[in-house]
Amino acid sequence: MSEPWEDEVEGPVKKFMFVNRKSPYGTVYALESLEVVLITAAFDQDVSLVFSDDGVYQIKKGQNTDGIGMKNFSPTYRALEGYDVEKLYVDKESLEERGLTEDDLLVDVEVLSRAELADLMDDQDVVLSF
Amino acid sequence: MAMLHTVNKSPFERNTLDSCISMAKSGSSILLIEDGIFGALKGTSATDKVSSAMSNVTFYVLGPDLNARGMTEEQLIDGIKVVDYEGFVDLTAEHENVQAWL
Amino acid sequence: MKYGLLINEGPYQHQAVDSAYQFAKAAIAKGHEVFRVFFYHDGVNNATDFAVPPQDDRNITENWIKLAEENNIDMVVCIAAAQRRGLLDANEAERQGKRGDNIAPGYRISGLGQLVEAGIECDRLLTFGD
Repeated sequence: MSEPWEDEVEGPVKKFMFVNRKSPYGTVYALESLEVVLITAAFDQDVSLVFSDDGVYQIKKGQNTDGIGMKNFSPTYRALEGYDVEKLYVDKESLEERGLTEDDLLVDVEVLSRAELADLMDDQDVVLSF
Repeated sequence: MAMLHTVNKSPFERNTLDSCISMAKSGSSILLIEDGIFGALKGTSATDKVSSAMSNVTFYVLGPDLNARGMTEEQLIDGIKVVDYEGFVDLTAEHENVQAWL
Repeated sequence: MKYGLLINEGPYQHQAVDSAYQFAKAAIAKGHEVFRVFFYHDGVNNATDFAVPPQDDRNITENWIKLAEENNIDMVVCIAAAQRRGLLDANEAERQGKRGDNIAPGYRISGLGQLVEAGIECDRLLTFGD
């Protein structure tokens, strides 16, 4: 039998997927997308992130923005785990096209084929792409 | 019904349509809007890839965007369906989810 | 159906906001509900009270206000994105010590939680962007 305090009504949980297809710094999309990810996690939603196309550059190791006068926000991707955002997927083909491997990435990810990503995307309630 | 994908980029400028096609599951639909409508035309370097994708995926094009850019239905790849904004709304309601490829 | 719309681009520069407007009108004409329009990234600029487009052009800011009034649409401007780009309502302008405010009546500023809430509550959350 459940304890009374476990009967507390919880809000609905939906599956949110964020599809990141743009590189950081050239435009603001990567940074402002990350802000939505954090808020969505704060709402206790089921969050996944996909990095494909130039989006894989968002999680490239060794970003140093000293010379462009912009904030390096890449450490935030490593902090996602602390917000229970642990479903990070990278498109294998996009990595390969760019001559990158998993070792080039600053955070633990699952590398998937496009067919596998398509299955995951199909299973979402909300898909956002910035 | 499966997913609806929208694409709003010209296939001659960005790889958005390619990415969309490669992640569109069989049975899903792709609606071309804004500059994406250029992907719906016959006789271009993008025609073959759209035609071959049409064996698995249904393609739609937004008529008002097509006409605004001086194109007509006669110029479309055979089998691509034209919808207006109300048809766009219907597609979003009929499909389970929508992904905008930008 | 209950719709939420996310608009990520500013007025006149990109068709995104026009597409969203045509979509919203069509959805309403078909008897659907447009619950909320969320303005993010450069999309916050659509809420400016200071735009003076030529007479023969559409007035994007006012068109949305009219549509929202007639159909009870909640128009929310992301506060963080707006502040970055110099869009302030009267309260914020005073709080930040700025000389004036420029968010048109009919739009309200709030946080990204309003976007996530739209994702949770709406049957469909559609993105219009670049």
